[in-house]
Amino acid sequence: MIRRAVGFFDDRIGVAPGARKLLRYVFPDHWSFLLGEIALNSFLVLVGTGIFLTFYYSPSDAQTVYNGAYEPLRGLSMTEAYWSTLNLSLDVPAGLLMRQTHHWAANLMIVAITVHLLRILLTGAFRRPREINYVVGVTLLALTVLEGFAGYSLPDDLLSGMGLVIAYGVAMSIPLLGGDLSFLIWGGEFPGSAEFFPRLYIVHVLLVPVAIAGLIGAHLAMIARQHHTQFRGRIATERNVVGYPLWPGYALKSGGLLLVTAAVLFLLGGLVQINPIWQWGPYEPYLSTNGAQPDWYLGWLLGGLRLMPALEVQLGSWTLVPNPFWGGLAFPTLVFLTMYAWPWIDRRWLGDNRRHELLDLPRDNPRRTAIVMSYFSWVLVVFVAGSIDRLYFRSTIPYEAQIWFLRIAVFVVPVLTYFAAKRLCEELRDRERHPLRGWNGKVVRRTPAGGFETLELDEGVPAVDGGNGRPGAPSEEQEAGAGTGGR
Amino acid sequence: MSGSGRPRLHRRVRVGAALVLAVGALASLALEEDAPAQGGRAGLEQARPGGPSADEQPTAGPVERPAPGLEPGDPAMVAQGRRLFVDGCSSCHGPDARGVRGRGPSLRGVGAAAADFYLGTGRMPIDDPDDEPIRAKSPYDPEQRRALVAYVAQFGGPPIPKVDPAKGTLSQGLELFTEHCASCHQVAGRGGMLTGAVVPDLQESEPETVAEAIEVGPYLMPNFRGQFDQKELDSIASYVEYTKELEDRGGWGIGNIGPVPEGMVAWLLAGGALLLTIRLIGKRTPT
Repeated sequence: MIRRAVGFFDDRIGVAPGARKLLRYVFPDHWSFLLGEIALNSFLVLVGTGIFLTFYYSPSDAQTVYNGAYEPLRGLSMTEAYWSTLNLSLDVPAGLLMRQTHHWAANLMIVAITVHLLRILLTGAFRRPREINYVVGVTLLALTVLEGFAGYSLPDDLLSGMGLVIAYGVAMSIPLLGGDLSFLIWGGEFPGSAEFFPRLYIVHVLLVPVAIAGLIGAHLAMIARQHHTQFRGRIATERNVVGYPLWPGYALKSGGLLLVTAAVLFLLGGLVQINPIWQWGPYEPYLSTNGAQPDWYLGWLLGGLRLMPALEVQLGSWTLVPNPFWGGLAFPTLVFLTMYAWPWIDRRWLGDNRRHELLDLPRDNPRRTAIVMSYFSWVLVVFVAGSIDRLYFRSTIPYEAQIWFLRIAVFVVPVLTYFAAKRLCEELRDRERHPLRGWNGKVVRRTPAGGFETLELDEGVPAVDGGNGRPGAPSEEQEAGAGTGGR
Repeated sequence: MSGSGRPRLHRRVRVGAALVLAVGALASLALEEDAPAQGGRAGLEQARPGGPSADEQPTAGPVERPAPGLEPGDPAMVAQGRRLFVDGCSSCHGPDARGVRGRGPSLRGVGAAAADFYLGTGRMPIDDPDDEPIRAKSPYDPEQRRALVAYVAQFGGPPIPKVDPAKGTLSQGLELFTEHCASCHQVAGRGGMLTGAVVPDLQESEPETVAEAIEVGPYLMPNFRGQFDQKELDSIASYVEYTKELEDRGGWGIGNIGPVPEGMVAWLLAGGALLLTIRLIGKRTPT
């Protein structure tokens, strides 16, 4: 059956050589290499559910009156954007399942990208020759966050509107350009002209998703061209690629993971409520709610706005730099610029400009691990500041005291994290212990002939792609590439 | 042999530990969600602790308490109220309810509405006059509270407002609540934080308490005296009643406080489940 199908295409367009190469493509195998695939799978779920949502959503601020089944909103005046999202959630069959799954998938995609980024940073996968792909990855993170915010803003419910007014305030705070720029984006003063929602909609369903899809394509193509990195092993060296071929092998793993990701997301979409817009009600510029929060991936921007003391740059009576600029724009710009520059920072600090096909274990390079963890803990403290009012609103610690505590923690926690992580890595490295794997030693046995042999405790040896599988020869060879035959 | 057995054991322990962590985190979410509901029930009981009225009155429907402000002519009750007042309140409010400088305000003219609100919700008496009064179990039984309210009410001031949620409209209530109350109490009445005060959630309140708070404006809350007509007051009370049992059409409501618990579910539940998955299907040792 498959043979005949392949034969049909091969006969006409000659796919066999390409297909063989593709099917024999070797994937190094480690659980942490699957983190990015969770993000990719979430993106696929997002596209699928998103297409469904476009059939019902209307990006219009025209006023209409709700007369549907949900009693607390009956008779209220609202925009068509909110009305259509309400209708989609409460009346369209499977509409709420699709909307909730879409939202959960967005939240999960950025979780997966974040953990994937952490993996890349901790194992040194961004090093030469993979700097370009790393930069593409960081851009994907930025675009996904932007895309998430646009989606969060589209329903025009109370939380959407409060998010947009903060975004407007931050845009206005850009020195010199802010006023004109925000007028350009919103088409006028907040809440903007009738063109704003259609613009936001096109950004959300066309511009950014196409950019994301294109960059994902580039991301994967570059991985295929350069081959995936791998951890040093008994066989795996700088000169080969050890792993499973796409078929039979890795395709089943990846396909299974796609199904599990989709299953988890649809289960959440059906069972756990996310963004119940009917409970928030429609937005008007004079309305607000206590404890309004962005989706988690923007919590660090809210935290930045909150932690920043009331600092402004003024020339006489004219404010050059309004306060929201620091937390809302300067901070995220600094965070992303640092991430973009990471391969070059790492190279400068550690003085290593060689090509690397092998990954470090996080403990192999205590200094890098400590710097990365310290950097993440810095962003994490600011992130916590964004949700502190919700996390601790039953505690008796006053809000102002919490903010001052966090303002100090922003400086103290990264320092403590640096030393804690460095020490932990050094201990692990020295004791040859793996925190998740337990004992990592070898058993040496004396043979009847009087010699010694090391017992191998690993499972079977999978396929190996020879040294010629990589473009560009590695500059040094650190150990003899044993057995490049395999299966 | 021992080498191959050990990792397997470790793996089970690790998977188990991860599951326990994820479940624990979610259980704390679930508790958080249940807390107001349980508190609500406890609050209702607190309003009539152990007294005979606790058995007589069903929990459903508007609570029909005899309005103490309307019995000014009962000298025995006022006298009992005075005794209790001198005993329990006068250290801050003065023996004749004229207040004590630096400790507590005069209660002459605050009326039955304020007295019933503060005593009924257990916000008074308070240990430290500098603290924010928060809902607590009242040390007085309903009979004693009625006496105290009668005592304070005889100095004049607004009576306990009448309110009937059944006569209000839910959508009008939502509109008014969003406009006037949500910026502090959160749109679904879940409370929150302000600089200088913790805003209470409203799941434990009774319609009467809501109307009293609107009339009185306790602590940092402004009073809305005379701003709402009877219909609007009934509507707001009806919406607050509604927020006790929100329609969670999307499944588990995770507290109805928005994206923070949603982010926790995304990280712990979805992220945790998929982390376990890739740990199971991916290799854990270098080749």
